[in-house]
Amino acid sequence: MRREIAVQEVIKTDQLTVNLGGKTVLEDITFSAATGELTGVIGPNGAGKTTLLRALLGLVPVQKGTLTVLDKRGNHLKEVRPMIGYMPQRQSFERRFPLSAADVVATGLLSPRTTFRRIPEKNKQVSQALGAVGMESYYNSPFQGLSGGEQQRVLLARALAKRPGLLLLDEPNSGLDFPAQQSFIELLRELKEKDNLTIILVSHDLVSIAPAADKLLCINRTMHIHGHPAEVLRSPHLDEAYRCQFDFLTTGGGVGRCWH
Amino acid sequence: MSEILSYSFMQRALLAALLVGVLCPTISFFVVLKRLSFLGAGISHTALGGIAIGLASGLDPVLTGSVFAVGTAMSTGHISRLGKISEDTVIGIFYASGMALGIALISTFKGYYPELFSLLFGNILAVSIRDLQLMAAALAVIMFFVMAFFKELLAICFDEEMAVAGGLPVGPLYMGLLAATGLTVMVSIQLVGVVLVAALLVIPGAAAYRLSSNYRSMFAYSLAIGLAGSFGGLFVSYYFPVPPGAAIVLILAAIFALVVAVKYYLEKLN
Repeated sequence: MRREIAVQEVIKTDQLTVNLGGKTVLEDITFSAATGELTGVIGPNGAGKTTLLRALLGLVPVQKGTLTVLDKRGNHLKEVRPMIGYMPQRQSFERRFPLSAADVVATGLLSPRTTFRRIPEKNKQVSQALGAVGMESYYNSPFQGLSGGEQQRVLLARALAKRPGLLLLDEPNSGLDFPAQQSFIELLRELKEKDNLTIILVSHDLVSIAPAADKLLCINRTMHIHGHPAEVLRSPHLDEAYRCQFDFLTTGGGVGRCWH
Repeated sequence: MSEILSYSFMQRALLAALLVGVLCPTISFFVVLKRLSFLGAGISHTALGGIAIGLASGLDPVLTGSVFAVGTAMSTGHISRLGKISEDTVIGIFYASGMALGIALISTFKGYYPELFSLLFGNILAVSIRDLQLMAAALAVIMFFVMAFFKELLAICFDEEMAVAGGLPVGPLYMGLLAATGLTVMVSIQLVGVVLVAALLVIPGAAAYRLSSNYRSMFAYSLAIGLAGSFGGLFVSYYFPVPPGAAIVLILAAIFALVVAVKYYLEKLN
């Protein structure tokens, strides 16, 4: 029975509070994510979305409440890092860095266990990860020569290289044009279906992620709403979180809104 | 050529050029990729303070200078990582204070101090066997560190956040890289002096970066450019009345300018 719960609930937080540098960055966050679910985390800039991902990785201390990831909590959180694929924000990496696409993906395999061990240049895990994002023909291509959308795919492959069960993606869509955003979200949806991946996708851009998400979590320091996209988008709490007014853009899918 | 090799001071100078010509481009590769160029200049100027403490107190100036250089590099990293003061502010303060300490101490020495000029601008022709032993020891330690953790250091330069999330010991490795930079500066001061050493830490990597889209070729180009500069400068100073330190830096600067010009021309052609 217990095993079943572990598989079902990949992430569970209960009244999670995180303080950084004497300030409360996240307060009273309660949500859960089950296997194979794509959760979109939305909220304005500075809402604490990145901090939430870093808390899930055990990179920032939890002040109050509980946080369980893949059945681990507290000091044991860092043990689950090898099972998590992480894609940090775009500004975290150097765009004009002399690495090939395969080299970039291979950095996703590094862990304390790979110290003093050579990662072979032709690596099966690397080529499979590039294949999963449709970039296998770019194996030896210089990373700096790729378009923004292609670079994002390679970085997604880097997060997938360790074959994780849980993916944490921080603003993967920022800086991409609309078609590139659409195809990236479509790729995520395919990966989720195929490998039953649990995905936490952070974005300040509600419109681009809402159609793909199974659940949305709207935060602005504290949690405003957590639920199915349709409920979240119709909730008055959404305007409160963003501190601005939203209007419906389309009603076709019932999920498109824009704000002023 | 054989005439050059017949002088023992030239044999030592050539060996020093080889050791520093390998060490500096290796560190330069990381200095450029991690954007630590200003740190290199800062450490070298601070080292003058450490060297002067050695000269004033009777301790070994190379030892006190090394402790100062490595200490500055690591404390800069530590202070800026605390996040309260930015790295360039810390370097800017250390840079001038270390130099001021050096000048203040040296000015207390009685009479004219001729070694000051060597300290500021280097004197590879005065390299002793002991200096060479120190350079070789520094090279061995630094090369072991860099080669053992090459892929980890590269990953930290590319994306530190990802390296932290992967569980790599980012803090200790970064501090190790800073210490290696400090040590490299100290042993290279013999060659080009306090004022010019930053060029050896920046130009080989910066020129190689412009020539390569892959780190493997960037590393090889950096080494080739560093060695061309150190040997080229030594030969130029043998035949022309130019101090070796200045000749080495001018050759490196010329190579950099050439690389930028050729790259610009080729890009225009395409």
